[in-house]
Amino acid sequence: MPDQLLFAIEVTLNGLMAGVLYALVALGFVLIYKASGIFNYAQGVMALFAALTLVGIMEGQVPFSHLINAIFGTEIHHFGWHVPALAAIILTIAVMVVFAWLVQVLIFRHLVNQEPILLFMATIGLAYFLEGFGDLMWGSDIKKLDVGLPQGINGWIDQTTFDAFGYGFFIDNLDISATIVAIILVAGLIIFSQYTKQGRALRAVADDHQAALSVGISLNFIWVLVWSVAGFVALVAGIMWGAKSGVQFSLSLIALKALPVLMLGGFTSIPGAIVGGLIIGVGEKLFEFLIGPMVGGATENWFAYVLALLFLVFRPQGLFGEKIIERV
Amino acid sequence: MLDTTDADQKTLLEINNIEVIYNHVILVLKGVSLKVAEGGITALLGGNGAGKTTTLKAISNLLHSERGEVTKGSIAYRGQKVAGLDPADMVRRGVIQVMEGRHCFEHLTVEENLMTGAYTRRDGKGVVDEDLEKVYSYFPRLKERRKSQAGYTSGGEQQMTAIGRALMSRPETILLDEPSMGLAPQLVEEIFGIVKNLNEKEGVSFLLAEQNTNVALRFAHYGYILESGRVVMDGPAAELRENPDVKEFYLGVSEEGRKSFRDVRSYRRRKRWLS
Repeated sequence: MPDQLLFAIEVTLNGLMAGVLYALVALGFVLIYKASGIFNYAQGVMALFAALTLVGIMEGQVPFSHLINAIFGTEIHHFGWHVPALAAIILTIAVMVVFAWLVQVLIFRHLVNQEPILLFMATIGLAYFLEGFGDLMWGSDIKKLDVGLPQGINGWIDQTTFDAFGYGFFIDNLDISATIVAIILVAGLIIFSQYTKQGRALRAVADDHQAALSVGISLNFIWVLVWSVAGFVALVAGIMWGAKSGVQFSLSLIALKALPVLMLGGFTSIPGAIVGGLIIGVGEKLFEFLIGPMVGGATENWFAYVLALLFLVFRPQGLFGEKIIERV
Repeated sequence: MLDTTDADQKTLLEINNIEVIYNHVILVLKGVSLKVAEGGITALLGGNGAGKTTTLKAISNLLHSERGEVTKGSIAYRGQKVAGLDPADMVRRGVIQVMEGRHCFEHLTVEENLMTGAYTRRDGKGVVDEDLEKVYSYFPRLKERRKSQAGYTSGGEQQMTAIGRALMSRPETILLDEPSMGLAPQLVEEIFGIVKNLNEKEGVSFLLAEQNTNVALRFAHYGYILESGRVVMDGPAAELRENPDVKEFYLGVSEEGRKSFRDVRSYRRRKRWLS
């Protein structure tokens, strides 16, 4: 096989896996948007906050230690213990559920029936608040996150492809585990929303708030539920991105990567978020590989947005956007 | 005014002189009082904007989510005040509303729509499945369409889905808002026939808001007529049907036979000015 083709295949595979990570972030947006019509600007910061909390708990960090030390003149930073990854993940999920509940009770319960733009503004406020709050709680230094996922080049793929084509593919183990986790997560979400009572209620709320109220579904409960699930998805995205590039402020910017994915896949579709993520992941890597050298590189930053722009012109509801049902 | 209810019938729901204000400014109900008898079909009649829907929503407590508020008077169900309860609490107590315009969950299948009606129930899957079969026996058409998305079914099927969904909560009282809206006369008859059937066989009480006075009075036991937020007349359905004013204003017939719509309206206006 010619080298160029082999390189392209390798780039595509890596693009697919990057796409999975984009899809994970986009998924959090879709969940909340579908159920409550809120475009949650804070989704990226939620991923950052979840990752910070996870690292903090694992390392036995004392929350608000800077604040406590400043007020009481103490010098405490660590409890001096380490929590195993799985236990820390469960604790972090609990924190995200409490967060979801607080968001509902303190913010969105008071904004029922308000304009979408107002709700959007509220999430912007929430994003900046949470960013500062995360810093205050866990400190603003860059942290390393290691939950025990395998990292580095996958030797088996390298060896097999080398034997077959004379060129070893570079595939990161972390990307492979991210893909597996994402597949499990999505399968779980689909089973939850299609086959459980609460999942059905969630879809009912997404369709018609008033009717859902009339049959006795509590909107508050459903919204807390959906923010909790979005918090969980944010945690998974935070773990994957955090393990890849460290837990730091720039983690919250992954939300910007999710935006074109949403435009491509549609704001209301879970499969759309996934396919959109994959298309953008592969698209930007291949574009960089094929066209990048001609225009001086660095196309990855803008390619996704140009693609999204084209979609806005020709198919504004996205690939899988909610079909508006019209009977003829 | 005719005497309110028969002495031997128990009052299920009693509304006492309620006032409803939307958005803190718009006064919609200006003192409505009515009673719903146990095991009966009570009709709430009147034109557009008379306050029928608002009355139903005040009972089911759906008003709050539309920025409406009961500012005066009281609503009691089985003798207990229900102000300030959640719609979900009302459903658990056996009062469920079927909203005007059906409001099916468009992207859910017909069967999933029906199952959402059982959301508040805690009595196990077996009983719920039995009730699902029962709903299908009242609405055989829904069984044929059980796997289609509700948004793609016809208006009549959607109305049936909405009523069936309410039935899945095992209600005592259904607040049925404008079931005839946008349906062909034949379908209206069919739906009202089923309502009558449910009332007689399942013992479900109905409070029925309807513009179609003619049909409603044929199936109801008792009727109230609302006009701009006030009850202007009430009585047993049979008597209301024979009442000359009701005939004139709501059924469109008078001593001189059927009048054209235009005449009726101008007459109505004149009469209101005079009174």
